[in-house]
Amino acid sequence: MTQASAPVLHLEQVYKSYGETAVLRGVDLKVFQGDAVFLIGPSGGGKSTLLRCINFLEYPDAGTITALGEKLCNQNRTHFEIASEKTLRHARARMPMVFQQFNLFSHQTVLENVIEGLITVKKIPKREAIILARTALDRVHMLQKQNHYPDQLSGGQKQRVAIARALAMDPPVILFDEPTSALDPELVSGVQTIIQDLSSQGLTLLVVTHDPAFVQSTAHTVCFCGDGYILESGTVNEIYGNPRTERVRKFIQSSGAHLT
Amino acid sequence: MSVFWSELQEYFPFLLMGAKVTLELSFISMAGGMVLGFLAAIGRLSENRLIRWPLEAYVEIWRDTPLIVQLLLIYFSLPEFGIVLSGFWAGVLGLTLNLSAYLSEVYRAAIIAVDPGQKAAAISLGMSPFQVYRRLIVPQAFVACLPTQGGYFIALLKDCSLVSFISVNELLRHATIVISNTFDSMNTYLMVAVIYFCMSFTSARCVGWLERTLTPARRKKVVIKPIMSELAEEDKTL
Repeated sequence: MTQASAPVLHLEQVYKSYGETAVLRGVDLKVFQGDAVFLIGPSGGGKSTLLRCINFLEYPDAGTITALGEKLCNQNRTHFEIASEKTLRHARARMPMVFQQFNLFSHQTVLENVIEGLITVKKIPKREAIILARTALDRVHMLQKQNHYPDQLSGGQKQRVAIARALAMDPPVILFDEPTSALDPELVSGVQTIIQDLSSQGLTLLVVTHDPAFVQSTAHTVCFCGDGYILESGTVNEIYGNPRTERVRKFIQSSGAHLT
Repeated sequence: MSVFWSELQEYFPFLLMGAKVTLELSFISMAGGMVLGFLAAIGRLSENRLIRWPLEAYVEIWRDTPLIVQLLLIYFSLPEFGIVLSGFWAGVLGLTLNLSAYLSEVYRAAIIAVDPGQKAAAISLGMSPFQVYRRLIVPQAFVACLPTQGGYFIALLKDCSLVSFISVNELLRHATIVISNTFDSMNTYLMVAVIYFCMSFTSARCVGWLERTLTPARRKKVVIKPIMSELAEEDKTL
């Protein structure tokens, strides 16, 4: 069991390259219980890769990642070791991911999408799974669409179903990879409000986003990710109001989101 | 003409018996070809070269030689190795192996075509590779390549006529026997053509029905546009 003071997510010197291109060049990050950590920064700075490495959709090349009390990969002086597939799967189920493109299972209805993880991964009996799924769908206001297919939903609704699919797993942590970037502007706030609610209900969130308003309304901690490092981290006020480095200051100014 | 009709009445049931054997050959070979083809497809997607390369060779060998040569080889050469197969089972073996090579390519393409984002979503929920296949890839890929599979089934049904060369009493061979008795090749072959057409046409209809049944409502004619604007309205109010 993790102690209350230990971070739910702890990254130490995580590296990842694609061929010659180093995307992550030694990332350190701690996420504590109930925190809402937002990763911001320029495109290509490694934000999404970082998220995918935490979930092991991509395997890091080096570094130590401890999530929910389990070492998912471990780096000592000479060896880099990744935990067994089984350990990784167990961890993934407890920190599911919500994607920019929703990625709902297109051959299944909304309800089937949400019970899928419960039945297949958590081995919960179907009857119970349906009850849990309906509760999750209700939390994102999508219960009335439970028998629709993804193709019959708008972008905002798809993303809410995707959130319900993650939420139904009853995870302590949810990872969000640009959850509102693919949405029409008028649909963004609905999804953001739901994510905000989750945070206020105590869920730990790690969010990659390009939307400064979203960061300022929801983040507890902001991390600026650039050139494969976390260059700066702090509260919303610290990062947007008084950035310590020139790099971050410029980024904040160019995104037109500095606090006045 | 009346002679033809009386002969037809006499020989038609005999032709149908042949057609029954053709159907048996087709169904068994199709089932075998689907199973082997699927396994070969998964193997060819493996990262392990020791699995991938032999399967690539397997696919090429069965695709790049004529079916009739394969059938003759199986029927006449296997006994040399102590494996004696009846014409029927030699035919099934040849057709199955040949079909599996073609179907493996169909399946491989369909598996690759499944949305990588959905695969990532399945993995990120904690599914094992086997579960991802069973719950996501197979249901989507199988339906996606149903029309192609249907096409291969019809081709198979007609390829069964080649099995008459290894003395299996299927439709075409029965026709030859009829002709040797009646010397009425035109009308008999015409009957054979009609029977083949009926079998193929029915299969095509069945595959079409299967496709509609297995495809979720989303691909049936759902009027999406008006619904979408309604949904957007609802979204705004939430």
